[in-house]
Amino acid sequence: MSRDHAGGATHPLPSGMAGARARAGWVVLAALALVVASFWSLDLQWGALWSRDAAHAMGRFVAEFFPPDTSPAFVHKVVLATGETLAMSALGTLLAAVFGLLLALPAARSHAHPLWRVPTRVLLNALRAIPELVWASLLLIAAGLGPMAGTLALALHTTGVLGRLFVEAIENTPPGPAFALRVQGTRPAQVLLYATLPQVAPQLLSYALYRWENNIRAASILGVVGAGGLGQMLSYHLGLFQMGRTATVLLAMLALVLAVDAASYFARRAMTR
Amino acid sequence: MANGSGSAVASARAPARDPAWRGRVAWLVAGCVLLWPMFVLTEFRPWQMLDSRSLRVTARFLAGFMPPALGLEFLKQVAVETWRTVAIATAGISLALLLAVPLALLATAALSVSSLAGRMAAGPFVVRQAARALMVALRTVPELVWALVFVRVVGLGPTSGVLAIALTYGGMLGKVFAEILESCDAHPTRTLLANGSGRLQAFFYSLLPQAAPELTSYAIYRWECAIRSSVVLGFVGAGGLGQLMDGSLRMLRASEVSTILLVFIGLVALADGMSAWLRRSLR
Repeated sequence: MSRDHAGGATHPLPSGMAGARARAGWVVLAALALVVASFWSLDLQWGALWSRDAAHAMGRFVAEFFPPDTSPAFVHKVVLATGETLAMSALGTLLAAVFGLLLALPAARSHAHPLWRVPTRVLLNALRAIPELVWASLLLIAAGLGPMAGTLALALHTTGVLGRLFVEAIENTPPGPAFALRVQGTRPAQVLLYATLPQVAPQLLSYALYRWENNIRAASILGVVGAGGLGQMLSYHLGLFQMGRTATVLLAMLALVLAVDAASYFARRAMTR
Repeated sequence: MANGSGSAVASARAPARDPAWRGRVAWLVAGCVLLWPMFVLTEFRPWQMLDSRSLRVTARFLAGFMPPALGLEFLKQVAVETWRTVAIATAGISLALLLAVPLALLATAALSVSSLAGRMAAGPFVVRQAARALMVALRTVPELVWALVFVRVVGLGPTSGVLAIALTYGGMLGKVFAEILESCDAHPTRTLLANGSGRLQAFFYSLLPQAAPELTSYAIYRWECAIRSSVVLGFVGAGGLGQLMDGSLRMLRASEVSTILLVFIGLVALADGMSAWLRRSLR
């Protein structure tokens, strides 16, 4: 911003309160004010956190986590819940990829009638704006407790995210192949199947995989509101103060997240090499 | 297919079927076989939702969405909780920055004096790896889990939300800050360090001027994310819009839920727009 005049012959002095530097100052001041107001209005209980009592309570709380419950029966249950978490994330992402593509086609500028474009875009934005966890707690009413609510919640939010990414991918495809088919008199559905989709497929796949990675993480905590997977076990055992079991579930959760991180790191490295 | 003599000839010679159909069908079948256990594991039976009793409950709930609750008392409550959501995110991010900046400075290899002479010495290497490991540990635990744990220790209320955001986002910010610092041009830093300036001096006079816009931009982006996640944290009792919504959902007060959802979407759009504007003006 401040370099606008760098190439010109004259270098006017920044004008008082509205110049780039002054504006940056105002922004910093506003940010500071926001921070101060936040701390001031929140009645945070630092005392409760740093007092000797709290330190004791915290110590006892942490000590209760040990030893984690490693009885075979419980570990078996945790492994099942981990599988459930993975299945939720995979199925949710798959459903989202399908519906995201179905919604992205009318929402993309290159394909459909403008009458379809606006409502589908609004729908995609609304799906995306509401986080998975909020969707899950809304869906509990319709789908009941259990992993199906979680799967549908992941699917709904991810449909919004993927749909938007797909729209951009489709709009950015080079128009040549589609045009070539169209001037030959090919039907629109075939143009889509044989020109546009093959061009964007690798990008769509990489977006879907990226969201799957995110969704594994999200799925592991969705259960906190009762939507299945590891999260449900976590909130259940934490609610009953069974700390050893909670610790096992927490360890499984962390192992899952670390495994996903490592897998995506190595996959990325293998693909970019 | 690359036939110059006209479409009629080309279509006469083209195979009637998709030449790759065998492969496609095989993949489709393999996919379905893989999918089956997932449907079982997730108890995916959407037709249950179409059963008349469940449909009636859903329909009644959805019908309650219109009109949204607009009582003055309730709106006042929503406004207070909206501010608390923003405040939790802001306070959390400021604490996260307090945590992330020292950790990033500790972890970045660009400020290593011993590596000027070739390899980094053993002591500094261990310290850097320890800082890195701490950041990984902080950000691996999802903020919702931190919040659940803190709600147990300090009780319901915004404190646990602020702490949860501070810890998770501290780890995230620290890791990315260290990466940004390491991607800077190393030459000026090395020159300063080689001429006897301290590490902090080298940071302030070489790394920070290079990286300031990117660091700020990332911090602002994370603030936007923190607003979204502070709503979610409310569901485990950490205050803000989420807690209000959780209460309304439990009571099945659909009109209140609808108001909160609208406010939430507006808030996220606002934060989104503001963060985009700030980051654009940094460029």
